[in-house]
Amino acid sequence: MTSKRTSKTTAAKSAVKAAGKDELLQYYRDMLMMRRFEEKAGQLYGMGLIAGFCHLYIGQEAVVTGIQAALEEGDQVITGYRDHAHMLACGMDPKGVMAELTGREGGYSRGKGGSMHMFSREKQFYGGHGIVGAQVALGTGLGFADWYKGNGKLSVAYFGDGAANQGQVYESFNMAKLWNLPVIYVIENNQYAMGTAVKRASSEIELYKRGISFGIPGEQVDGMDVEAVKRAAEKAVAHARGGNGPYILEMKTYRYRGHSMSDPAKYRTREEVDDIRSHHDPIDLIKKRLIEGKHASEDELKALDKDVKAIVNEAAQFAKDSPEPDPSELYTDVLVEV
Amino acid sequence: MSIEILMPALSPTMEEGTLAKWNIKEGDTVESGDVIAEIETDKATMEVEAVEEGVVAKLLVAEGTEGVKVNSPIAILAEDGEDASAVEAPSAKVETPASNDETPVSAPASGGSGSAAGGDEGGASKASLASDPEIPEGTKMVSTTVRDALRDAMAEEMRRDDTVFVMGEEVAEYQGAYKVTRGLLDEFGPRRVVDTPITEHGFAGLGVGAAFNGLRPVVEFMTFNFAMQAIDHIINSAAKTLYMSGGQMGCPIVFRGPNGAASRVGAQHSHDYSSWYANVPGLKVVAPYDAADAKGLLKAAIRDPNPVVFLEHELIYGESFDVPDVEDWVLPIGKAKVRREGTDVTITAHSRMVGFALKAAEILAEEGISAEVIDLRSLRPLDTDTIVQSVKKTNRIVCAEEGWGRMGVGAEIAAVVTAEAFDYLDAPPARVHQEDVPLPYAGNLEKLSLPGVDDIVKAAKAVCYAE
Ligand SMILES: Cc1ncc(C[n+]2csc(CCOP(=O)(O)OP(=O)(O)O)c2C)c(N)n1
Ligand SMILES: [Mg+2]
Repeated sequence: MTSKRTSKTTAAKSAVKAAGKDELLQYYRDMLMMRRFEEKAGQLYGMGLIAGFCHLYIGQEAVVTGIQAALEEGDQVITGYRDHAHMLACGMDPKGVMAELTGREGGYSRGKGGSMHMFSREKQFYGGHGIVGAQVALGTGLGFADWYKGNGKLSVAYFGDGAANQGQVYESFNMAKLWNLPVIYVIENNQYAMGTAVKRASSEIELYKRGISFGIPGEQVDGMDVEAVKRAAEKAVAHARGGNGPYILEMKTYRYRGHSMSDPAKYRTREEVDDIRSHHDPIDLIKKRLIEGKHASEDELKALDKDVKAIVNEAAQFAKDSPEPDPSELYTDVLVEV
Repeated sequence: MSIEILMPALSPTMEEGTLAKWNIKEGDTVESGDVIAEIETDKATMEVEAVEEGVVAKLLVAEGTEGVKVNSPIAILAEDGEDASAVEAPSAKVETPASNDETPVSAPASGGSGSAAGGDEGGASKASLASDPEIPEGTKMVSTTVRDALRDAMAEEMRRDDTVFVMGEEVAEYQGAYKVTRGLLDEFGPRRVVDTPITEHGFAGLGVGAAFNGLRPVVEFMTFNFAMQAIDHIINSAAKTLYMSGGQMGCPIVFRGPNGAASRVGAQHSHDYSSWYANVPGLKVVAPYDAADAKGLLKAAIRDPNPVVFLEHELIYGESFDVPDVEDWVLPIGKAKVRREGTDVTITAHSRMVGFALKAAEILAEEGISAEVIDLRSLRPLDTDTIVQSVKKTNRIVCAEEGWGRMGVGAEIAAVVTAEAFDYLDAPPARVHQEDVPLPYAGNLEKLSLPGVDDIVKAAKAVCYAE
């Protein structure tokens, strides 16, 4: 896919170079971790260990992996409810994430948040939000604080194609450009918002163009190719960190599973899903590059998968063994005690 | 080692389902991601994908089996290299309720009057419905889910008035996120059943504008949690304009959707807004419990010349109740309903809490306390006459609501009875409500946080000094 963009950016062009072996292996491992983690979460949901809503990221792994690879320590990340992989990408512990999914004491929110609401100050992950579009204004505020402090950091706000129609997105775009805030808006266009295909909800379906009237550059990227994502992210990062204000990246991607666990998925065909899965899978793509580039053998990759599975199984075990929160936890954390 | 495939839970509230179809047979090789079966829940038919790979050794549940419990084994996979034919079925017999029951679960109870549909509540609701003067003698009762009753109300109003239309996220092609608008698109087409983008503030305002200009919108919020995006238009544009325009500009609109806690969906998706909207002059606020009220009050809300906030509850959508089979079932907004008569204590409740109040009344009856249960049905206007009259008889009151207590519905009712029946009270009014914290996700904490039957029983005993 050739990448489309709205305008030349003022950022210095970063030279396009293919990723080396270590980098490719890291992408492969990170994406595999997300996939196996989500598969396990789906399984635990089926067993009744995870309840409520549970939105899986399977199929979209290249997006967060490629973006995070271009960030620096101290940059902030915020997203919606489809957030498990983003937390793993921020370096949060799979055990703590899984234990939050099961609502246990060992979870990142001590069981009080659930799948949609986890946070880590330490890893600069700001949630985990259930109200569609909220993270866009919040992410703009994170960037505002960076600008205010002049700390050279930036924030990344991830949101969906459906969220892209919320009014507060455009209120945020306007302020972000008005004050040239260091914010990268990553639209994860997985082509559906629940059962609504983009063209049924958006008058302009090329979402990277949504910043034009605010003067925010936008670019459409093949979100199934982690290397393409990383390259685009580097450009956006250079732009934002260079004091040029916000940048929009529209990632064309796809979710394989239902919107959440209770989605009968009648709005798309099985064939459509299978086609993407067998021809455009982000993990298979990197696997192919690793093997064809003679960076790794099938056996090495299998061993890596085994390692990843072991970590995920350990996380699942922890999430089952961790006790339910103490009843006294019900009344804590409502207000900061002063 | 062989792997058991368990009946998956496909939604937050699913406890059992029908194994509609197997897409695999014994001996097949499956890979993770393969569709292995189709499962029907009360909301939808869903495909189940394999998460493990292997060879199908045994199918433990026959196609078409109803009532398969979540987490019971439905098939066994042999892993790579294992002999599938040697795999043993688990000795514990799979629990499958009789699948030869010839009556479909949702079929109306034949004859109506004799059988109490909808379990525990059926009896209570039937008894009070029978004494309801609005239903002619001999009217046939049809067992209907709350979900379908709401749909029927919209469909009937759309048939009689072309200015009525339904708008919201996933209401048309997807048939409603909770399937309340099922079938409406087919009958009325995309002009009148409108899928919106996710843009609540925008479409709520659009709805208000359309109402100003002569239409009667029914705006569905996927849940009322998302109406917070739109509350400015509900209050500033819909509720206040008639007044600000000196009576010129009415706004006949219904804002409806599920309100309150669902099941384990966390703080941002579990908020009861009853007292918020009931606080606002210029709105009517309705919160029905059973299917007959849901239907009759929604039809009234659509016909009402004012903005009506119509609060439903996800956890009772699937419950069935008798609905009178009459030509045009419309109920008055603003009238409470005595669902159970009693002499010792009055219990007020609305929406899902009515079911809890009725159960509490049964328990109290066993202990010799006769409770009168008032289903508020409408929070604005609030039927204070019915409440005050009841308190004058029982001399005690417990006000139950699902939401937070502070500044709540119960606080208002307590103030009303204190002002209007002070001399009749034998105990201070008691309130039952959610704990004063955002709703936690963890199962044990969620349970501790939400008010239940026991809390009502306890409060009723306390005001009766029966501890
Ligand atoms: C304000 C608001 N409206 C509606 C919802 C219900 N809802 C949750 S996710 C979703 C679809 C969002 O789709 P998209 O932004 O494309 O993200 P994706 O789920 O595809 O990742 C909807 C309508 C919500 N959570 N918040
Ligand atoms: Mg989407």
